[in-house]
Amino acid sequence: MWKSVTGRITLIAVLAAVSIVILVPSLTDRVPAGWKDRVPKINLGLDLQGGVFLRLQVEIDKAIENTSMRYADDARAVCREKALPVLAFQKAGDGGFSLRFPPGDFAARAQALLKDEFPSLDVGLGEVKADGATVILRMKPAEIQAIRTNAVVQGVETIRNRIDQFGVREPQIVAEGEDRIVVQLPGVKDQQRAIELVGKTALLEFKLVDEGASVEEALKGNVPEDAQVLYQKSVDPQSGRATKTPMVVKKRALLTGDTIKTAKVSFGNQAGGAHVSLSFDTRGAKVFDRVTAENVKRRLAIVLDDTIYSAPVIQERISGGEAQISGSFTPEEASDLAIVLRAGSLPAPVKVIQNVSIGPSLGLDSIRKGVRAALIGAILVVAFMGFYYRFAGLVADFALVFNMLFLLSGMAAFSATLTLPGIAGIILAIGMAVDSNVLIFERIREEIRAKKSVRSAIDAGYNKAFYTVVDSHVTTLITALILFQFGTGPIKGFAVSLSMGVAINLFTALVCTRVVFDYLNAKKPMQALSI
Amino acid sequence: MIELVKNTKIDFMGMKKYAFAFSTMLLILGLVGIVQIYRGQANLGIDLEGGTSIQLKFQKAFSLDEIRSILTKSGHAGSTLQEIPRENILLLKLGVSGRQEEKMVAEPVVSLLRRSFPGNPFVVESVSEIGPAIGNKLRRDAVLALLVSALAIIIYLAWRFEFKFGVAAAIATFHDIFAVVGIFWILGIEMDLLFITALLTIGGYSLTDTVVVFDRIRENIRLRKKGAFSEVINLSVNEVLSRTIITSLTTFAATLSLLAFGGSVLHDFALALTMGIVVGTYSSIFVASQVVALWRGEKMTEVKR
Repeated sequence: MWKSVTGRITLIAVLAAVSIVILVPSLTDRVPAGWKDRVPKINLGLDLQGGVFLRLQVEIDKAIENTSMRYADDARAVCREKALPVLAFQKAGDGGFSLRFPPGDFAARAQALLKDEFPSLDVGLGEVKADGATVILRMKPAEIQAIRTNAVVQGVETIRNRIDQFGVREPQIVAEGEDRIVVQLPGVKDQQRAIELVGKTALLEFKLVDEGASVEEALKGNVPEDAQVLYQKSVDPQSGRATKTPMVVKKRALLTGDTIKTAKVSFGNQAGGAHVSLSFDTRGAKVFDRVTAENVKRRLAIVLDDTIYSAPVIQERISGGEAQISGSFTPEEASDLAIVLRAGSLPAPVKVIQNVSIGPSLGLDSIRKGVRAALIGAILVVAFMGFYYRFAGLVADFALVFNMLFLLSGMAAFSATLTLPGIAGIILAIGMAVDSNVLIFERIREEIRAKKSVRSAIDAGYNKAFYTVVDSHVTTLITALILFQFGTGPIKGFAVSLSMGVAINLFTALVCTRVVFDYLNAKKPMQALSI
Repeated sequence: MIELVKNTKIDFMGMKKYAFAFSTMLLILGLVGIVQIYRGQANLGIDLEGGTSIQLKFQKAFSLDEIRSILTKSGHAGSTLQEIPRENILLLKLGVSGRQEEKMVAEPVVSLLRRSFPGNPFVVESVSEIGPAIGNKLRRDAVLALLVSALAIIIYLAWRFEFKFGVAAAIATFHDIFAVVGIFWILGIEMDLLFITALLTIGGYSLTDTVVVFDRIRENIRLRKKGAFSEVINLSVNEVLSRTIITSLTTFAATLSLLAFGGSVLHDFALALTMGIVVGTYSSIFVASQVVALWRGEKMTEVKR
């Protein structure tokens, strides 16, 4: 410990001044901008300012399977073009599938052809039987690995894009582990909308309606091989009832959303609802031009995430590279749809596995109540100490003020996040902060009872209590640090304020109080101590 | 000098029969509680077992029965409903029972209620949905945190005192944690992640108390060198008794104000802390040093510093 009293007072004064400079901008907005922008601030946790916390599970296996199925469709198309008859198709798991060909050299020819056509697939010859032979196609491990990484990295990127366009201050979007994404959106008011915006895969596809197939037959299970049943959802504006209309569409997508250049909301069609206008990039415009030219008078379904939004009849060839999705959208729905189409689709579907949404009113209420509880707790403790230990108690109260000042500015300095449990941690720290001083004062009382002089009683009190104080603080610190390591969100906030409180308490309880007694003793030894 | 506790010479060691009986009761209660938690028979928060909880603030008073019947009709029969009366707040907990898939149900339930009460609009104050997988992970983490901190503390105290003191302190700490778990279980209060935090804090607090007593025991052994160990314990506990009581009072004041003024979110947390302080104070006087005495016998071998 430092011997010089002046030295210690200077140290405390400097620390206090620095703390005030750091802390003030966190407490009030009415400070000059030059000051405010240069110091770190205490962040408010989601539970205090409201917002959304989402943990998403990225369904990578589904992404792999989807890619594999796309390969399968392409492979069969290639075989059809070269007049290689595919008798049967089978999934083989792990991003693989097999095609069966009739006896003869069909399988061998298909193998050679597919090998050339798809360099990213391993193409092997399966069993040869009397009724034919199979060709097994499987994605190369490097390809699967690429999908795996891309699903999370690209997913984070896409979600960030969407959120930026939605307009959220300081969102946090990070990958967690190999297949999870954590999204934190502080201050978001329209929470359900934000959740849908984040979680939507937003895979937009244009598919031809299969006019030749009967919907009744398809619903019974007789779906043509190259088609599938999808539903068109519509909401009746009067009753609010949702209806689902089945439709048979071709499996193959003629065009997908990745060719979209921009998407925006527009109003004013016959129904009066909002719709979304798309414009394609050069490649997309070209494909769209060809598709519409080839399919005039047929219906083109606009499918988003396997739900049909509309299925208009193509009236004429469309060469401008523009299209429109109409449906019974509210302006918000249309705006969100435009955002997800601009930001692009997620490479793999995601599933929300944790959602914590706190409304802004609850957050404000929590702050108010937490701060009130903290103030009342502090007043009780301060009053008790002053009453019980008299002058010495006031010295401990004085140290408690420094303790709070250092704790809060320490949290600001590290830009720590203050949560509701964090406030509880501070309150608890107030209660425990005086413990060290209680220990010391009780020791001093014992020494005074043993008829020691005030000065030596104070010295002995501090010296003897020192190890006890350190031991008890270290044990609390251990639990706080472990909480920090294993806790999430709010719990971490609690651990932060508790552990900082404990560490700072060691300093204030031992140094800040001691210096007062030493200062009083410095001129002439105290004759009596009010303790 | 105001002294609440003055020159006491209470024979704490003489009370050890009662103390052990009382503690055994608390421990059994806690054990039953823990077994019931593992059997899924306890009121666990959704952050520990998965599920959905929703907090709604209605404009006007509502009838719990009406809401319950609406939920039952829509297939949420196992829901727990709770009301904060004067504030028109509804706390809704939809269970996970029978739910195989991790599917989010908060939104449909909220819009169902919105449609059912057109004349009494509400604000969604908070929604929390946690899939069972995450619930399991959080629960595992919590148990791990408890075990790791117990281990870390035994190691620290074994280093600062001796192994037997470390184990005794850990026993006293777990005694307090068990007791609070048992009381919460028997009262049917929800145990969530915040409750686990409270348990760890209680552990830390009780440990501080215990360490203070141990410190004094070590010191008195060095000063006396003669006599019986149980006498040293009595002397030491009496000597630090006033500190134990004063610190308990100040901490108690802090958690009590949290309990009274901290609002509904922190209520159970504050309750656990308040209970923990009472039990922690008791255990540092009656449990920790008694365990050391039981283990060490009456030998007065010095404890290293």
